[in-house]
Amino acid sequence: MKPRRSGNHTWRKIKSALASAIAFISAVLVIAPLGLVFFHLVVNGASSLNWDFLTKLPAPVGAVGGGMVNAIVGSLELLALAGAIGIPVGVLGGVYLAEYGSARINSILRFLADVLNGVPSITWGVVVYGLVVLRFKGFSAYAGGLALGLIMIPLILRTTEEVILLVPNGYREAALALGVSRWKTIVHIVMKTASKGIITGILIALARVGGETAPLLFTAFGNRFWNHSLSQPIAALPLQIFTYAISPYDDWHRQAWAGALVLVTGVFCVNVLVRILTRGRTASVV
Amino acid sequence: MENLVMETPERTVMERMEKGTAPPPEAETPAACTFEVKNLSIWYGEKRAIDNVTLDVASNAVTAIIGPSGCGKSTFLRALNRMHELTPRTRMEGTVLLHGEDLYSNTIDPAIVRRRVGMIFQKSNPFPTMTIGENVVIGLRLNGVRNQRFLNERLEKSLRMAALWDEVKDDLHKPGTSLSGGQQQRLCIARALAVEPEVVLMDEPCSALDPIATAKIEELIYELKSKYTIVTVTHNMQQAGRISDYTAFMYLGRLIEFGPTTKLFTNPTEKQTEDYITGRFG
Repeated sequence: MKPRRSGNHTWRKIKSALASAIAFISAVLVIAPLGLVFFHLVVNGASSLNWDFLTKLPAPVGAVGGGMVNAIVGSLELLALAGAIGIPVGVLGGVYLAEYGSARINSILRFLADVLNGVPSITWGVVVYGLVVLRFKGFSAYAGGLALGLIMIPLILRTTEEVILLVPNGYREAALALGVSRWKTIVHIVMKTASKGIITGILIALARVGGETAPLLFTAFGNRFWNHSLSQPIAALPLQIFTYAISPYDDWHRQAWAGALVLVTGVFCVNVLVRILTRGRTASVV
Repeated sequence: MENLVMETPERTVMERMEKGTAPPPEAETPAACTFEVKNLSIWYGEKRAIDNVTLDVASNAVTAIIGPSGCGKSTFLRALNRMHELTPRTRMEGTVLLHGEDLYSNTIDPAIVRRRVGMIFQKSNPFPTMTIGENVVIGLRLNGVRNQRFLNERLEKSLRMAALWDEVKDDLHKPGTSLSGGQQQRLCIARALAVEPEVVLMDEPCSALDPIATAKIEELIYELKSKYTIVTVTHNMQQAGRISDYTAFMYLGRLIEFGPTTKLFTNPTEKQTEDYITGRFG
C-alpha cells in the first residue's frame, strides 16, 4: 500500500469537524427540552401567575379567578408526610447497606432497590389504594404521603449508600481506634462526613416525588378546598394541574400553566440548592 | 538554613543518646512489660498472616517492628488493639495480655481495648468535618465527656504533648484538614493522646511525610515514651535504629528476631536479619 502523502490532512480535519458538530448538536438536544419547557411555561403561565393565584382558593366552577393556594400547601403537606416515611427508612437502609449486612444480602437488597426504582409510579398509587384507601374507606393525605414516601425510599436508599461508601475507611478506623463504639462512629463520623451527599439525595428525591401525579390520583385524590384533616382528601399541585388541564374552561387552562410554572420553579429551586450544597467551601470528600 | 532545620531534631535525639540521658539501649530485662503476646497466629480467610509469634513489649520504651511488605507487621500491630477484627473473616489463636489482662477475653469490649491502646495510622486522617479543636477532643466527646472546662484543658495538654500547640493555638477553629501533612499527623497524635491511652501504636506514621516532618514526629516519639509505651511499624530501618529501644524483625508472618535495637542492628543472631538490615533482600 502506498503511504498517504503527508500534507494538510484535509480528510482528518473534516472528520474531526464532523464529530465535533455531532457532539455539539447532541448537547443542544439534551438542553433544548428544558429550554422549551421553561419557555412555554413562562409564555403561557406567567400572565396568570399573580398574588391571587398564590393566596386564594379555587373559584367555584364556572367563575373566573381564584387560585391554587390549597394545592401548593397540600403539596408541601404531602411532601412532609412522604419525607417522614421515606427519609428515615431510606437513610437508615442506606446506612445498613453500606456499613452492615453481608455481601450476599447486600447484593440482593441493592437489586431489589433498583427494581423498585424502576416501578412505574402509578403502581404505587394502586398499591396504596388497595392497602390503605380501601381498608380505611376513603382517600386521604396519609395515603398520598405514603405513596410518595414509598417512591422515595429506594431513591434515598441508593444515594445514601453510595455517598457513605465514598467516606474513606481511614475515618472509620481513626474513630474506632479512639475507643468510639461502632454506631457512634457511623452516626458522628461517617454520616457527618457524608451529610452533604445524604441531604442532596433527600432533596433530589423530594423534588422527584413533588412532581408526581399518578400515585396521587387515587390516594390523595385532590380537593377544591382546604384540607382540615390528614385523613381527608387533599389537594396537590400536580393533581390540580392535571384536573385543570383536562377541563373545558380557558381560565382553568391558564391556571394550569401557572401551576406548572410554580411546580417547575420549585423543583428548579431545589436543584439550585443541591448545587450550592454540593459545591461546598472545603474540598470535602463527599 | 534548610539543612539546619532538617537535621536538628534528629541530631538532638542522637546527642541525647550519646550523652546517656536516653536509657542505654543495651539495658536488658525491662522493668515491666506492657504487652505479653503468646503464640499469636492470625488468619485472613485461608491465608495465615501471623504465625505463632511470642513477644513481650517493654513499658515506656519504643518497640519497632520491621520487615518487608506483607510480612505481617501491620497485622501484628493491629492485633494489639483488636483493629484487625474489622477485616472480615479473620481468625486468631494465642493470647495477648495487656498488663496481665487478656485483651481477647469474652467479657472485654473491643472499644474499651482501643481506648486503652491508641493508634496512629500511616495516612493522617483528621476528620474533615471538624475543626482542629474538635478533632482533638472528639474521642472524649463521643465517649460521653461533656464538661467544657475539662475538654479545654485536655485539648491544650494533648496538643502540647503532640508538640503542636504553639503552631495551632490561634487556629483551633480552623478545619483540621487545613494543616500541612506533618501537622495533620501530629494532630492525629494529639487526638489519640486526648483519651489518655496506656499504649500508642503507630503504623508507619512517617511514611507519607517529608524529611522535616518526619524528624519532628521522631522527636515527638522520643518525648512520648517517658509517658507511654510505643509500638511502631516502620519500613525505614534507619528510622527504627534512631527511635526504638527494641526491634522485632518479622518475615512471612514469623518473628525472626527480637531484641534491643543496637544488638539487632550491630550483631544480629539470625542470618535472615542480617541479610535484611544490610539490604540484601526485602
